[in-house]
Amino acid sequence: MAAAEIPLWEVFIRSRNGLSHKHVGSLHAPDATLALQAARDLYTRRGEGLSIWVVPSHAITASDPADKGMMFEPTASKIYRHPTFYEVPEEVGHM
Amino acid sequence: MYTQALNAGPEAAERTIEDAAILARFQERIDAEERIEPNDFMPAAYRKTLIRQISQHAHSEIVGMLPEGNWITRAPSLRRKAALLAKVQDECGHGLYLYAAAETLGVSREELIDQLLSGKAKYSSIFNYPTLSWADIGAIGWLVDGAAIMNQIPLCRCSYGPYARAMIRVCKEESFHQRQGYEIMLALVRGSEAQREMAQDALNRWWWPCLMMFGPPDADSRHSEASTRWKIKRFSNDELRQKFVDATVPQARYLGLTIPDPDLRFNEETGHWDYGAIDWEEFRQVIAGNGPCNADRMAARRKAHEDGAWVREAACAHAAKSRVRAAA
Repeated sequence: MAAAEIPLWEVFIRSRNGLSHKHVGSLHAPDATLALQAARDLYTRRGEGLSIWVVPSHAITASDPADKGMMFEPTASKIYRHPTFYEVPEEVGHM
Repeated sequence: MYTQALNAGPEAAERTIEDAAILARFQERIDAEERIEPNDFMPAAYRKTLIRQISQHAHSEIVGMLPEGNWITRAPSLRRKAALLAKVQDECGHGLYLYAAAETLGVSREELIDQLLSGKAKYSSIFNYPTLSWADIGAIGWLVDGAAIMNQIPLCRCSYGPYARAMIRVCKEESFHQRQGYEIMLALVRGSEAQREMAQDALNRWWWPCLMMFGPPDADSRHSEASTRWKIKRFSNDELRQKFVDATVPQARYLGLTIPDPDLRFNEETGHWDYGAIDWEEFRQVIAGNGPCNADRMAARRKAHEDGAWVREAACAHAAKSRVRAAA
């Protein structure tokens, strides 16, 4: 591998105990070990994290923005999936 | 640390070949304050403008490490040294967030680095001035980072998602930079007469170049219209410059330092500080490569890149070997 082809990694950080990892950015590194070290230097200089994931960018499959309608529109009409769709008499109290 | 408004106007020809209806839809999204994400449709000129602006911004952060790096080994105390090291490391981080944001637009890191090292790309004019005394480190933090913050805060609401997100991180970190600079200035003006003079001398040398950081006056800024319409730019160069002057004058007064502008006076009518004429010829010269340190900065960047080549090659060779071993 030539130096000109240093792969891209996506960085995810768990900021606090109990929270999930969240995407914070990307970086270039030759391998996973160096990617982790670079992620530490680049994205956690001020105690931003308790745990880091690095994932090769090419390993991520993303939905196509052009398919947004097909993918997400149908849920907009399914209001019966939300609790507020159902009527419960007030006397029953909080449910 | 900073991006300067140097982008050329978008190419009109590129816009005409795109479908008018799609372009209108894009503008609707912008007007509705939606964020544009990497795989979304965007006009070619929007992409080009952003690549240019974000990469110039990234280059500025990277070159911006040099003037301050000059004083790391000569910082007057361990406290100052630790702070300066952390600041310079932050600037590197800012450069890397920004390169990553630019890459989402389809340009590679290698191309971007190559544009900087070949001299094709521009970076902020401010980093082509020398840091002659320790007071310059104070002045840079206070004034250069102060000017950068003025410019970068509106960029946190830029229409392009990855750029806006990078700017949010940068702005959070930038505040420390400005405060540490002001604290250095404060220590100097409270010190001996010689130290006070050193602080005044630094302000004298950095004031005008800092005003130039906001780019050419609005009347000469030909690219602003499209950037404003696309919500990449939310305030004009002159508006930001005025905000900076208004914020900085009282800070200089508190230090007991004099801003080197005999025409500086408070305008009761507008409620702003009026300032004297800026030497735009100096600005053009520095941008054109003829500033006091342009050649030094480029030479230092090229040397760092070349000297680091073996490290990149070794790391890649190690990664390749490890993969082969793991597969065997």
